Amino acid sequence: MDAITRRRLLMLTPLAFAAAAGGGFWGLLMRMEEGSYDPHSLPSMLVGKPLPAFSLPGQQPSAGFSNLDVIAQGRPTLVNFFASWCIPCIEEAPTLMQLKDEGVQIWGIAYKDKTDATAAFLEQHGDPYVRVARDEPGRVAIDFGLYGVPETYVVDRRGMVRLRWAGGVSDAVARDTIAPLLKSLAR
Amino acid sequence: MIRWAAAFVVVAALAGPAWAVSDPGEMLANPVLERRAEAIGEQLRCLVCQNESVEQSDADLARDLRRIIRQRVVAGQSNQQIIAWMTARYGDFIRLRPPFEARTLALWGAPVIALGVGGAVVLLASRRRPSAPPPLSAAERQRLMQLLD
Amino acid sequence: MTPELGHFALALAVAIAAAQAVLPLMGAHNRDARMMAAAPALAVGHLIALATSFGCLVWSGVVDDFSVFNVAENTSSTEPLVYRITGTWGNHEGSILLWCLILACCGCAVAAFGRNLPSSLRARVIGVLGFTSAGFLLYALTVSNPFLRVWPPPMDGRNINPLLQDPGLAMHPPVLYAGYVGFAIPFAFAIAALLEGRVDAAWGRWVRPWALGAWCLLTGGIALGSWWAYYELGWGGFWFWDPVENASLLPWLAGTALLHSAIVVEKREALKTWTVLLAIGTFSLSLCGTFMVRSGILNSVHSFASAPTRGVFILVLLAIVIGGSLLLFALRAPVLAASGIFAPVSREGALVLNNILLCSICAVVLTGTTYPLIAALLFNAALSVGPPYFHLTVVPLLVPLFAAMSVGPTLPWKRADLLPALLRLWWAAALAALVGIAVEAGLGHAFAAGGFAAAAWLIAGAFAEVVERVRLFRVPLAVTRARAAAQPLSVWGAAVAHAGMGITVAGIAGMSLAASTIVSIAPGSTVHLGGYDWTLLGLHDAPGPDYTARVADLRVSRDGRQVALFHPSRRAFTEQQQTVSDTAIETNLVRDLYAVMADERNGQVVLRLHVNYLAPWIWLGALVMAAGGGLSLADRRLRVGAPARRSAATVPA
Repeated sequence: MDAITRRRLLMLTPLAFAAAAGGGFWGLLMRMEEGSYDPHSLPSMLVGKPLPAFSLPGQQPSAGFSNLDVIAQGRPTLVNFFASWCIPCIEEAPTLMQLKDEGVQIWGIAYKDKTDATAAFLEQHGDPYVRVARDEPGRVAIDFGLYGVPETYVVDRRGMVRLRWAGGVSDAVARDTIAPLLKSLAR
Repeated sequence: MIRWAAAFVVVAALAGPAWAVSDPGEMLANPVLERRAEAIGEQLRCLVCQNESVEQSDADLARDLRRIIRQRVVAGQSNQQIIAWMTARYGDFIRLRPPFEARTLALWGAPVIALGVGGAVVLLASRRRPSAPPPLSAAERQRLMQLLD
Repeated sequence: MTPELGHFALALAVAIAAAQAVLPLMGAHNRDARMMAAAPALAVGHLIALATSFGCLVWSGVVDDFSVFNVAENTSSTEPLVYRITGTWGNHEGSILLWCLILACCGCAVAAFGRNLPSSLRARVIGVLGFTSAGFLLYALTVSNPFLRVWPPPMDGRNINPLLQDPGLAMHPPVLYAGYVGFAIPFAFAIAALLEGRVDAAWGRWVRPWALGAWCLLTGGIALGSWWAYYELGWGGFWFWDPVENASLLPWLAGTALLHSAIVVEKREALKTWTVLLAIGTFSLSLCGTFMVRSGILNSVHSFASAPTRGVFILVLLAIVIGGSLLLFALRAPVLAASGIFAPVSREGALVLNNILLCSICAVVLTGTTYPLIAALLFNAALSVGPPYFHLTVVPLLVPLFAAMSVGPTLPWKRADLLPALLRLWWAAALAALVGIAVEAGLGHAFAAGGFAAAAWLIAGAFAEVVERVRLFRVPLAVTRARAAAQPLSVWGAAVAHAGMGITVAGIAGMSLAASTIVSIAPGSTVHLGGYDWTLLGLHDAPGPDYTARVADLRVSRDGRQVALFHPSRRAFTEQQQTVSDTAIETNLVRDLYAVMADERNGQVVLRLHVNYLAPWIWLGALVMAAGGGLSLADRRLRVGAPARRSAATVPA
């Protein structure tokens, strides 16, 4: 290999780098389009782990509950954090009602909300929850790794978290992601 | 090494005091502990705004996390323990200072790698002396004669 | 009607830019003088068409033409006129058009100021600029069109983000883009040189002014952005190492390296291949930085809403421009012969060291900024890289850089002795040591001590070469003065620019000593901070054009004498339903008094107060750096180019 060709190969390294970077950029763009990559979303640390230990007071007239209560059900359930001041929560309320009608058990936790505001919310948008607890200080939410409302956790019959959905549960999400997962966990 | 680096990070973090406006009642009475809490807060990313540290952000979640940090500092927990607590709940994403592990070797090694590559390029280039051109072939020599005539 | 005109002008600009791309390059290839001579005319035509288009967009904003989708989305009738104008570039489509406008100006600038360039080189440079322009204009015309209409037009527009209604932020994009896009000219020169197959000292001399000009503008743009963040965002800091900030820092670092290596090409005809690569790299970094942030794949505060098709188009465009130029580099660069041998210890050697260090810092910042992407792609992990990483990795690289900055300019070309050069700087080193020890002893703050020592070394050392050249204290004062007057401006320029860096470092060191506190006080009470007494005189309401504000009147005094009276406030924007704190800053150019207002509760208001020592120097230093660059630009030697015609055959490089 003569000197010129050797130099040419060396000079190709910047191009090789740029090509690799371009390929990576492309891959990420494609993933962003299909939804598997979102730079702002956080993967949940709870997936594959048991529910964190907690015990919360209830939103009257519902009784409060703890993680043991959820596990004691022995069936796949959803734990949903919501708040009256959160707009996507209003938007997802019909979907949650629909899930409740389909027989899904949803345990609700009101995050940083005043009692009467939560009561008004449930009155106005429906109450899909088996029980509603209150996390006014927001500490339990931090144990869950919550970074916004609403968030929905799919929990299997042994109390292990299988999925965290951050943001409102739309009909499409309920149909394509949550319902199939619940079904596979029920078997 | 780690302690030196940690001290440096604390000092570097102090290179620009930057906080969120919040409740002055949040601040700890003991200034040394308060500074430690601030330094920890400046190493954690606010997950709501995502482009500010927990110390700087106005978000509710950031306020809660600041309170937790201060409670734990007062309780005597070390910086590592507090950050581990946060990471257990939010993952490595919350750390503004990425962990030093196999996955981030290229990241933390970047300065050394960059200098190494730079040095290598310079060495290679200086090795290359302008070489004498290869001797002319017979055909080339003939053409040279033709041109010179 | 006006939007239609603007749209048509945009399409016309695409066509002219395409012609500007093809004709001169063909002309240069075939040595067709007429085609080459068409280049300046095409560049001017391109600019006129694009300026018309841009003017139409601005006009649509000014007259509140809400049938234009861009105007409806980004302005509103309650907005002050000046922000309706500057809001043109406060959104994605408008800023792309601004980018293209500046690129068109670049083509014209080369046409106007490059009259002394050989015609084939000038034609090639304008051709390459035309090629790049055509690509971006096509993007603007097809997937990012600002003239799209919405029918029926809404009654009023959606107001722009209240944060954008600010003079600093209004001016930041034009200056910054001028810097980013300005580096397209050295890029075009590099491509032209590769096409031509020749890089020589003359090329170095021609490229340097353009690189300098772009560098000055980019320095200004970055400083404006940082200053805006400081006084607007109200968190008391000025740099967060956010991807969008890093995206501007990367071409700045590479551009600084380019400036310095171009000197070696000009003076010694060495480092040619490297300088060509650096010219390509700097513009590539400009492009990548801007578009990576806009595409949304980076987690940054600067996200414009953008559709996936846009990302793909930009990626293809970047692949063609960057990939094509690097391919050309790989093919052509090896035949550029090397010359100009120099010893490791020499001015060339110092400039090589400068380049290695600057490019290493650039590589580190690039790695840190893109690592979350790499981690997501390769490890499917969500990592984040923030200020602590950058402080730990960049600062150790700055230490040798600062050390070399003062020594390098004093070294002679080709071969130097290091020890005598170091000894000649004994006074700068002594000053630095003194300052460092004094600060450490007095304040016990290691970071500040190091920072101030570095600043002293830089400022004192900046003038070391000048001191040498005028033989200060070694010859009579009159002789020194005469020598000083005879120095070329570029020597002063370099000294001033390096000193500017020192001033910025001093500012950063001073900021680290800032005193701050958060208090909740009622009107009438006084707080003591940083040697000043801060008294809250009262609170009152102040309505604005599209907001209502709650204003606090704060008096700051020292020893009973009033030093400042200023008014931090909180503005509630009615339409956006957003509340923004308006930071109040009172500066005397040596320290900043900084106050931010938060909530009011039970008659008390929460205030965050700072005394930021030497903070203004951070941005003043950047201004001085840019001024130094400007001084260098004014050097007569740079304006007198090589003669247009060379009698003897030039030695092919």
